Amino acid sequence: MVAIEILVNGTRFPIDVDPQQSLLSVLRDELDLTGTKYGCGEAQCGACTVLIDGQPIRSCVTAVSGAVGHAITTIEGIAQNSQLHPVQKAFLDIGAMQCGYCTPGMIVEGVALLRRRPEATAGEIAEAMEGHVCRCGTYPRIITALRQAGQSMKGKRP
Amino acid sequence: MSGVDRREFLQLAGGVIVLLTAPPIFGQESGRRTGGQAVPQDLSAWLNIAEDGSITIYTGKVEVGQNARTSLTQAAADELHAPMESIRLIMGDTDLTPYDMGTFGSRTTPTMVPQIRRAAATAREMLQDLAARQWSIDRAAVIIGDGRAMDPHTNRSITFGALTKGQKLVRTVRHDESITSPEKWTVAGRSAPKVNGADFVTGKHRFSTDITRPGMWYGRVLRVPAFGATLASLDTTAADAMGGVAVVREGSFAGVAAARAPLAASALAALKPSWSTTPQPSNNATIFNDLKKLTTNELGGRTEGAHFGSLLDGMADAVYKLERSYTVAYIAHVPLEPRAAVAEWNNGKLTVWTGTQRPFAVRSELAEAFHISEEKVRVIVPDTGSGYGGKHTGECAIEAARLAKGSGHPVKVVWTREEELTWAYFRPAGVIDVRSGVDKDGKLLAWEFHNYNSGPAAIRTPYEVQNQHIEYHACNSPLRQGSYRGLAATANHFAREVHMDELAAAAKIDPLEMRRRNLKDARLRAVLDAAAERFGWGKAKNAGIACGVEKGGYTATCAEVRIDSSGGVHVTRLVSAFECGAIVNPDHLRNQIEGALMMGIGGALFESVAFQDGKILTDRLSKYRVPRFSDMPQIDVVTIDRKDISSAGAGETPIVGVAPSVAGAIFAATGVRIHALPMVPRGLERTAPQS
Repeated sequence: MVAIEILVNGTRFPIDVDPQQSLLSVLRDELDLTGTKYGCGEAQCGACTVLIDGQPIRSCVTAVSGAVGHAITTIEGIAQNSQLHPVQKAFLDIGAMQCGYCTPGMIVEGVALLRRRPEATAGEIAEAMEGHVCRCGTYPRIITALRQAGQSMKGKRP
Repeated sequence: MSGVDRREFLQLAGGVIVLLTAPPIFGQESGRRTGGQAVPQDLSAWLNIAEDGSITIYTGKVEVGQNARTSLTQAAADELHAPMESIRLIMGDTDLTPYDMGTFGSRTTPTMVPQIRRAAATAREMLQDLAARQWSIDRAAVIIGDGRAMDPHTNRSITFGALTKGQKLVRTVRHDESITSPEKWTVAGRSAPKVNGADFVTGKHRFSTDITRPGMWYGRVLRVPAFGATLASLDTTAADAMGGVAVVREGSFAGVAAARAPLAASALAALKPSWSTTPQPSNNATIFNDLKKLTTNELGGRTEGAHFGSLLDGMADAVYKLERSYTVAYIAHVPLEPRAAVAEWNNGKLTVWTGTQRPFAVRSELAEAFHISEEKVRVIVPDTGSGYGGKHTGECAIEAARLAKGSGHPVKVVWTREEELTWAYFRPAGVIDVRSGVDKDGKLLAWEFHNYNSGPAAIRTPYEVQNQHIEYHACNSPLRQGSYRGLAATANHFAREVHMDELAAAAKIDPLEMRRRNLKDARLRAVLDAAAERFGWGKAKNAGIACGVEKGGYTATCAEVRIDSSGGVHVTRLVSAFECGAIVNPDHLRNQIEGALMMGIGGALFESVAFQDGKILTDRLSKYRVPRFSDMPQIDVVTIDRKDISSAGAGETPIVGVAPSVAGAIFAATGVRIHALPMVPRGLERTAPQS
């Protein structure tokens, strides 16, 4: 066990953990930030996606020690001042979910993609999202939602 | 529910106690399941109006992504004449909601929607009475609307809350209470967004996996290395020495719990078990030969088959005759939220939060496992990360409760993906033998159909044929098997519809025309024609078509495929026409149909559980392929709204047409007829036999 500090959604959390513990487990089990989901434990489904310095990573295969000194953003930190992010709004508008378990990972990845490339085409979105599984099969809606969100993000600094 | 079809279960359960003894399961537990309690008639069991006017509806159904929470809220709002926002549903909580057999078989829409409507209509009439009494006017003069009672003559109005003053609503919900017909719906029949959608896009919603309790520990369960293995001995010395770890051993069960998740994982790894193993029959290479040797007489062909006319006469008259065998592999549900439970004991009372489709059955399992009465057990089902028929049982709940009892702490158990892919039950594998004959015009004269193991759902043919023998043969499955979205309807439609295509090819008739010639059912013909028209049947190349009816839903699917240079098969377009009576929520219906099509692609093309010597080889997501973005075709959904027909459920049936329509498209593109699901797990050229 070592004492470390991680920065999540703008808040510093001093924690006492095994540095090899997965970031996913630390977020969920130590900090009670349960919006980030476990799906497979081997970076195959994308449910555990969070941003590290704006880059999407799979927190289930990332040791917490690797996140020290970086800014971590989870689904709980995507809405700002209780204003939903355009990607979150679009998921609601389009109804781009069924059970909603994959939704946080999809949204976090989508936010990272559209910040980089708001004009992403359907094909580019599908390619960027290939590492995410929606077992309910809402893929077409997720693409529609991300395209809509991209439109509203164009020219704006998110 | 090994070998027992859902429909059979429902038939059995009509007012009688059903005892289903689970097959022996190794390394996990599953108890007896009971069902068949009476539906309560007191209004207060279903509906409450608080003093502030907020309305609570209670239902034992659960939300697993099918958006029943939304459709039931719409039904209540419609019937109560109250805004959706004023209504909250409590679902799947055995202490608070009326008994319910479970959320399966597409039964929520045909049974729970009318039940909620009857309760809400009863409440509305009661509110009308209360207002009439308060104002001393005739009850017929009271109008109920927008969450208020109004007197149009004086323009006075009163809120529901002020009328009931938060008191319990004492009235009987009559089973023949009249409810609003679909033409007069104002809230239902329209698209309404997922009622608690914002909680999902913000990460706020707590699934079972996200529940925490004060003092909660994390539990892990020791799994046997293979089906048929048992724990011979267990050395817990190292785990015991770790400190802060509870090692719990009871009969065949062994598990650990600790205050922190990594410690529980280390303690599990520190257990030193020795196993005794027994040889296990079959593997995924020989399963289809083995199943026919594993038949039981238990349920074979008893109620689901059809026997009439004379096959002998029919075959004698036939111009084209065909005999084919079709197979379907075991497949896994892969709900993205794995099985999970948090269990807490308080003064002998057990509370478990768990994602299950059958909260009351899980309550029974828990009561039995711990030898306590059902009143001492509360099962709460948070809106769950999907099920697809895969979450009917309570093994994870029992595991968490056992560890909670042994450790003296509330305990959370979340199955790993490996546990989920190994120890959850599967959609049954099956063999279907079909023998048939048609006249020179393609009219069916004889139809013989035997399904081994995969199940009797949708086993009967919707086509007109005078001479038929249809039979389901139950088998002792070497793997644990159970319910799945659409159940055997997918297997039976695959065999039946591909066979129809083969007969059409033999008689040189277009597949659509072949179906039309043999179909009388107007509702089925309507969806068939609608799908064909939208798809552009006859113009599109590499195209296949299939249709069917199941659980009150009528479906037709057209598929188009592209074969790449390495034999990879890509479904490029799917058109689905669906009719399930009056549509409750058009957008959510479309969402279900789209999802079923997407899911169906997996079972059609590549999903398959591999196993050998009692071990599941496809025990990780990296070894078990599910449909991804790159598998997504262009999807076009045609819905037919029949306001004159009661609504049927829609979560399952749209899946059944995918595999056979894709099979037809592959044949059109390549001349290769495939008789096995999955059709192309490793691409076309290497796996497909030439027909």
